[in-house]
Amino acid sequence: MAFLEVKDLKVHFPVKGGIFGRTVDHIKAVDGVSFSLEQGKTYGLVGESGSGKTTTGRAIIGLNKITAGKVSYDGHDITNIKKAGLDVRKEIQMIFQDPYSSLNPKKRVLDIIAEPLRNYEKLSKQEEKKRVQELVELVGLSPESIVKYPHQFSGGQRQRIGVARAIALKPKLIIADEPVSALDVSVQAQVLNFMEDIQEEMGLTYIFIGHDLGVIRHMCDDIGIMYKGRYVEEGTVEDIFNNPQHIYTKRLVAAIPDINPENRKGLINYRHEIQREYEQFYDDYFGDDGLAYSLKPISDTHLVALPEKG
Amino acid sequence: MNEKLLEIKNLKTSFRIEDRYYAAVDDVSLTVNENEVLAIVGESGCGKSALAFSLMGLHNRAKIEGDVLFKGDDVTKYSAGQMNRLRGHEMSMIFQDPLTALNPLMRIGDQIGEVLLLHNKKLSNSKRKSKAVSLLERAGIARPEHVYEQFPHELSGGMRQRVVIAIAIANDPEVLIADEPTTALDATIQSQILDLLNELKEDMNAGIILITHDLGVVAEMADRVAVMYAGQIVEVADVHDLFGNPQHPYTRSLLSSVPNAESIDSKLHVIQGIVPSLKNLPREGCRFRSRIPWIDGAAHEENPRLHEIRPNHFVRCTCYKDFYFPDEEKGDQNHGIS
Amino acid sequence: MNHMWKFTVRRTLIMIPQLLLLSVLVFLMAQAMPGDALTGQINPDLDPQEMQEQREELGLNDPWHVKYADWITGALQGDLGQSFQFKMPASELIWNRMVNSFWLGVATLIITYLIAIPLGITSGRFNDSLLDSSITGYTYIGFATPIFIFALVMLWIFGYQLGWFPTSGSVAPGVESGGLEYVMSKIYHLLLPAISLGLITTVNTVQYLRSEIIDTKQRDFIITARAKGASESRVYNRHIFRNSLLPIAAFFGFEITGLIGGTVFVERIFGYPGMGDLFIESVLLRDYTVVTSVVLLFGLASILGALISDIILSLVDPRIRIK
Repeated sequence: MAFLEVKDLKVHFPVKGGIFGRTVDHIKAVDGVSFSLEQGKTYGLVGESGSGKTTTGRAIIGLNKITAGKVSYDGHDITNIKKAGLDVRKEIQMIFQDPYSSLNPKKRVLDIIAEPLRNYEKLSKQEEKKRVQELVELVGLSPESIVKYPHQFSGGQRQRIGVARAIALKPKLIIADEPVSALDVSVQAQVLNFMEDIQEEMGLTYIFIGHDLGVIRHMCDDIGIMYKGRYVEEGTVEDIFNNPQHIYTKRLVAAIPDINPENRKGLINYRHEIQREYEQFYDDYFGDDGLAYSLKPISDTHLVALPEKG
Repeated sequence: MNEKLLEIKNLKTSFRIEDRYYAAVDDVSLTVNENEVLAIVGESGCGKSALAFSLMGLHNRAKIEGDVLFKGDDVTKYSAGQMNRLRGHEMSMIFQDPLTALNPLMRIGDQIGEVLLLHNKKLSNSKRKSKAVSLLERAGIARPEHVYEQFPHELSGGMRQRVVIAIAIANDPEVLIADEPTTALDATIQSQILDLLNELKEDMNAGIILITHDLGVVAEMADRVAVMYAGQIVEVADVHDLFGNPQHPYTRSLLSSVPNAESIDSKLHVIQGIVPSLKNLPREGCRFRSRIPWIDGAAHEENPRLHEIRPNHFVRCTCYKDFYFPDEEKGDQNHGIS
Repeated sequence: MNHMWKFTVRRTLIMIPQLLLLSVLVFLMAQAMPGDALTGQINPDLDPQEMQEQREELGLNDPWHVKYADWITGALQGDLGQSFQFKMPASELIWNRMVNSFWLGVATLIITYLIAIPLGITSGRFNDSLLDSSITGYTYIGFATPIFIFALVMLWIFGYQLGWFPTSGSVAPGVESGGLEYVMSKIYHLLLPAISLGLITTVNTVQYLRSEIIDTKQRDFIITARAKGASESRVYNRHIFRNSLLPIAAFFGFEITGLIGGTVFVERIFGYPGMGDLFIESVLLRDYTVVTSVVLLFGLASILGALISDIILSLVDPRIRIK
């Protein structure tokens, strides 16, 4: 049994309209997503804005209401996470995208990090402070930081405070929603390295949501590519980057900038070629409604949303 | 040889914080030639955007020293009226966030029409419209006539950036400054916008200043690259030279902190410490010194200046000669937690 | 434009429950007052037994919802009941006053915007200058000054001491209705109350406009406009003011609501025969039919004000207009 299993997940948001503001339609933000991941691995959820990747992550942790489908974690059904036990809930945590807005500016670091502890564990003031200090040191900040406020830290340090808060309850699964996209390159490297370190130390499992394929390739073991609420392709890093099959994945992979200027001409030509292919065969890869078909395996690890008859 | 369009000489842009001026751009000298993309790369707070805004005269309350020569004319001495005739005409700019760069209450057509009218008062209404529509088309917008009538909020981010570009190229500028033009966009949209900029460069013969933090974008677009750190240029070179043979410790550190195909099984390089804030910038000696504490202090120059180490390849400070990555020697190094 | 209509219809429909709630509240308030329609009309020497019968006959002992239904049906037909005090239909009593209040409101609004727009624009454009400090200083004084004291001072200086304006009434006695002289006399009478009220109520709008301009000044699209080569004056006229004035236009409806409170005091002090004056008069005379009618109309005006605001906003802002 997989550590986390998401089966046919659907998250639909109602669209209000008409004179009485009735629900006239639904936005199918996530429309039938299934995947599973093993403990200790990093699973990348990739897509462009509006693909439903963030909604998927938020639905798993209960921040978006699940319309249909099933999510099971370590043998527990957590489709309705509010009904799941406390110990299950504290094992799943989230890291947010923007280190500038995800921390309450009026709270001290101590209170920010202690918040999950206060919700789930009854600790004395003394114990709490000790735990927070340990956490702060673990993420590489000085113990005095706990009496400071978020604005006294740089972006990378703030993101580490966010990480400290997420790992305060010794979780097993962390959903990281674009944790480095608001950060500079050198700071991004800090946070990525650090996430890898604590993964090793604490045996963490990550769902890493991102749009930067360079970062995804660096961090992830398996990857799911989303487009308009559906999966278009899933596979290992090698499958996706070296052998992309779906035209959308190909286009996405081709768009990764190459840091070597010598490859410039070749890359641009390749991109144009892919773009032509994309325009020419778009209709073959997507159904009448512009949505992806369901996934079909082409190897043990590699699944692609190919048309029914072909 | 391409003609020199813009010559920046010892430019210094200072902002006032609590009764004192602090230079965000400190003694920057650069040239931009015709039909060339000069990338200015650096992390947030390095002064690259402040530099771009200084060139366009868009700072409200900043002290600007030094010269900016546009075809030999010092624009820092220009009157407000002269500057207005230059901006949007010979020199124009593309902004980072297409979602906020357009007036939400004006139709797209009027926003493009405005820049046309400002620099050609005699343009008739019908000519203005046909010009605006053809600009939208040139910026790669399908159904330009339809978009002409629309409001910004009706367009996607990528489309809006195309509109911003249409405004910038409306009067065939000779210098085009693109300030993080693709940062706010999705990867596939980013490559389309870069494509567009490349096309435009070809047929405009303009000099493009590309401001970015994304080394991938630099590698794909630039002809020459200037790396900025803490308000100063630390390295300038031809793009192939810079990526193939980077010299300054900051350039080398930055390049090795980018995840790429080779980095999958290894740790990324992390620059120790943090980028100093404007108030706390080291003003004496090598500004990068505190970020590479394992390098012998004697390796730094007392008054670091740009050395031309090869034709057209400049590096600031002498510390590059003795630089090595910590793990190159000791093999293991904690990753620079501050 | 189709959406625009949908919005207006939807927005108007929302008013129905609002109005219903308002009328129920006003009605219950009237019920809670001591005495009823009979108290003032009946001979106090009448036998209590007989009085009870009369009450029964008039429906005064019915449950409240039956009485409410009677009252609201009447109100919808323009029958607001009898004034106890003046022994005439309340609607007749109110009509003339309403016309006077309407013109006072219009004059006050004109003065409010005549002051607010130049001051707000100057203050916002040159923020943190000496000029701005003086203007914001004025607005703080405006916020802090109670309207009834300010109105009294104005009346004393310009009405009694200098004698520039009449000190009470809405028209000079003896002037025939109709004709230019009548109109001029009307305007002359409402000028001082309108100026007094306008000077105080405008500070909200000045402040609002100022912060709106300061906010718009820092938006990215203003930098775009400058980068196009637009001159400072064009940047202000075409981009900053236009974008800042739109929220002000939407504020217009709420301005009406704000005026109501002010007119109550000002009309009383200037002896101007409007709705506010009538309101205080009837409260003092315990003329409950009139009080409830006036409160109902004030409430109606507030709800209409909010409606106007929303409709204006949807008209001027394309982001709402097209959605």
